[in-house]
Amino acid sequence: MPGEVKFLSGNEACAEGAFYAGARFYAGYPITPSSEIAQLASERLPALDGCYIQMEDEIASMAAIIGASCCGVKSFTATSGPGFSLMQENLGVAVMGEVPCVVVNVQRSGPSTGLATNVAQADIMQSRWGTHGDHAMIALTPSSVQECYELTIRAFNLSERYRTPVIVLTDKTLAQMREKVTLFAPGEVDLAERARPTGSPAEYLSYRPGPDGIPPMAFFGEPHLLRVTSSTHNEAGFTDNDPDNAARLLRRLYDKIEGNACDIARIKTYHMEDAETACVSFGLTARAAHYAMSRLRKEGLKVGLVKLLTMWPFPEKKLQEAVAGCRSILVPEMNLGQMVREVERVCRDKAVHSYTKSDGENIMPGEILQAWREII
Amino acid sequence: MSAERAGYLRYLRQDKLPHLWCGGCSHGVVVGAVARALAGLGIAPEQTVVSTGIGCFGKADDYFATHALHGTHGRALAFASGVKAVKPELTVIALMGDGDAATIGGNHLIHAARRNMDITAIVSNNNNYGMTGGQCSATTPAGKRTTTSPYGSPEPDFDLCELVRGAGGGFVARSTPFHVKALERLIREALEYRGFSFVEVLSCCPTYYGRYNREGDAVAMLQAIKQRALAADKYAQLSPEERAAHIPVGLLYRQERVDFNTCYGTVRRKAQSGGDEDGERAEVSR
Repeated sequence: MPGEVKFLSGNEACAEGAFYAGARFYAGYPITPSSEIAQLASERLPALDGCYIQMEDEIASMAAIIGASCCGVKSFTATSGPGFSLMQENLGVAVMGEVPCVVVNVQRSGPSTGLATNVAQADIMQSRWGTHGDHAMIALTPSSVQECYELTIRAFNLSERYRTPVIVLTDKTLAQMREKVTLFAPGEVDLAERARPTGSPAEYLSYRPGPDGIPPMAFFGEPHLLRVTSSTHNEAGFTDNDPDNAARLLRRLYDKIEGNACDIARIKTYHMEDAETACVSFGLTARAAHYAMSRLRKEGLKVGLVKLLTMWPFPEKKLQEAVAGCRSILVPEMNLGQMVREVERVCRDKAVHSYTKSDGENIMPGEILQAWREII
Repeated sequence: MSAERAGYLRYLRQDKLPHLWCGGCSHGVVVGAVARALAGLGIAPEQTVVSTGIGCFGKADDYFATHALHGTHGRALAFASGVKAVKPELTVIALMGDGDAATIGGNHLIHAARRNMDITAIVSNNNNYGMTGGQCSATTPAGKRTTTSPYGSPEPDFDLCELVRGAGGGFVARSTPFHVKALERLIREALEYRGFSFVEVLSCCPTYYGRYNREGDAVAMLQAIKQRALAADKYAQLSPEERAAHIPVGLLYRQERVDFNTCYGTVRRKAQSGGDEDGERAEVSR
C-alpha cells in the first residue's frame, strides 16, 4: 500500500526521507539554499522524540552528528558551499572512525561565497576528495524531488550497512523546486541498521571487522565499551602507527566501499539498447538531458541517456556496460568539467565530449540538444 | 592495595600504563584525579564517555576504561555535545589542552558554556603546545617564550575561567597538579553539577615551556605554581598590586542554571502537544 502523496520541495523531501529512515538527530548551521532542511528538522524531530540542535558552525555540526551517532541514533546534517568546506575536517573523522551519518550538500556556485546563491554542480570532486588523505566516499545524486526522498532513505541505509558517512548531492534548483512525491508507507521500505556486537563485552574490540570487513558497532552507554578514533588505529581502537597496520586499515576502509561498488553504485538508462550516442548525466542536468533525448529520438536518431544515481563510488562497470555499443558520449554538467574526467577514464575507447556551464544558471534542454547534435 | 586505589583503577586501562607523557608533566595527575572523582561518585565506566581532541592531553582517552571519542583538534566539546544531546543519562567528560579548548576550539568552548550542555570540561593548561614542540597558544602569557615566540609572546593570554563565566558557564573552578586532593574534589563537584562545568588545571610542561622560560625542572615549576595559587576567598581580599603575583584557585563561580536537555524537554512537550500552552505555533517552514 503506497503512502501519502505530497507536493514537496527537494529540501523537504530530503528531510522527509531522513525521518522515514529513522533519523532522530540533526545538528546544523543555517545556510542558503539548504536551510529548509534545518527548519523542518527543528519542527519535526522534537515531535518524534528526537533532537535538533543548531551548532556554532558546520565544524561543530559535523562533530555533533558523529557524537550522537555513536550513541546509536541515526543522525544527519545539511549544508551548502562554504558550510560543506567546513565539514570536510570531521567528515574525515566519520570515515576513519567508521561512524554512520548523512550529509545533504545542496550545491551552490563557488568558489567561496561565490554567486550566493545560484545553482551549480561543482562539488563533485569535493565530495570525493574534500577531506584529506586516502579514503573512499559514497555520494548519491538525485535528479527529482521523488529521488531526493528515496535517495536520502538509501543514504541512511548505506551509511548503516557500511558504517560510513554518506553524502546526498543535490543542488539549489532541485532543493527549491516543488514536485509531487509519493511517500512510503511505514514498513514499505527495508531500513538498515548497523551490525551490533554479538560476543561478550570483555572480548569486544571496536574495530575488529566482521566477515564482510565491517566492524560491529556498540553504542555509548552499553556494556561493550566503544572507542571511536580519528587516528590510525588497531582493532582495539588505539593509535597504532605500525606500517603494516596502517596499510591494512586504509585498505579495509577503502575496499569496504569500492569493493562493494556493484551494490552501492546505481545508474538508470533510457533508450540505451540501440543508442549510438549517449549522454551521461546526473542530477538536475539529467532532466534537461532527458528532454533533449526525447526530441532526438522523435527525429529517429539513436541516442540514449545514462543517469547516475550514485556519483561515488563511480559506477564504472555499469557505465561501461551501458555505453558498450556507443561511439560517442556527451557529458553535460554545471561546472567547468568534473564528472567528464571520470567518464573519460572509464570509457577510453569512446569519443567523450564535454559540455559545461558554470554561470549560476540552469542548463537548459535546448543547450544540451544543440551540443548533442554537434557530436551525432 | 587499598580499597580506594582498587576502586579508581577500574576506570583506567592499566595495560596502557605507564603513560606516554614526559617526566614532570601534569597530565597524568589530572587523569588520576578524574579517575578518582569518577570512583568516588560510583559512576559506572560504561555510563561514561571521554571526549578528547588533539595534543598531548588529547591522548588522555587512551587511559580510560570507559567509552571514548577521540576526534579532531579543538572539537572535543562539539562531539561531546552530540552525545549529551541524545543520551542525557551518560556522564560526558571533555578532556582538553589549552590548544584544544582555548585556541582552536575557543568557539566551541564558549558555545558549550552558553548552551549549558551538561558536560564536564577539564582543561589541563600548560601554556603551550607540547605535542608539536612547544609553540605558543592562547594561554601563553604575554612576554613568555615558546618556539614560535622566541622574543616573547606579543599577545595577551586568555583567563579561561573568566571566559567561561562570561559565556554563561554555571560551574567554574581552577586548581593545580600540586593540590591533588582539591583537584579531585573540584572535579567531583563538577561531575555532580547539572549543566556545563569547567575545571582549569594550571599544569606544567617542563620539557618545553619551562625550559624556554628558564623556570627550572618539574619540581621548581610545581613549587612556583603552588606559590602563585591562592584560594579564591583570600585572593579576593588582596589589593590589585598584590593580586599580580597570584591566581585564584578553588571553586570560582557557581550558579544553578537549567541545562540544555531540560530546556529541550520543554521543546519536545510543545512539539508533541502541537504547540505552545496557548495553542500557538510559529508557522515558519512553509
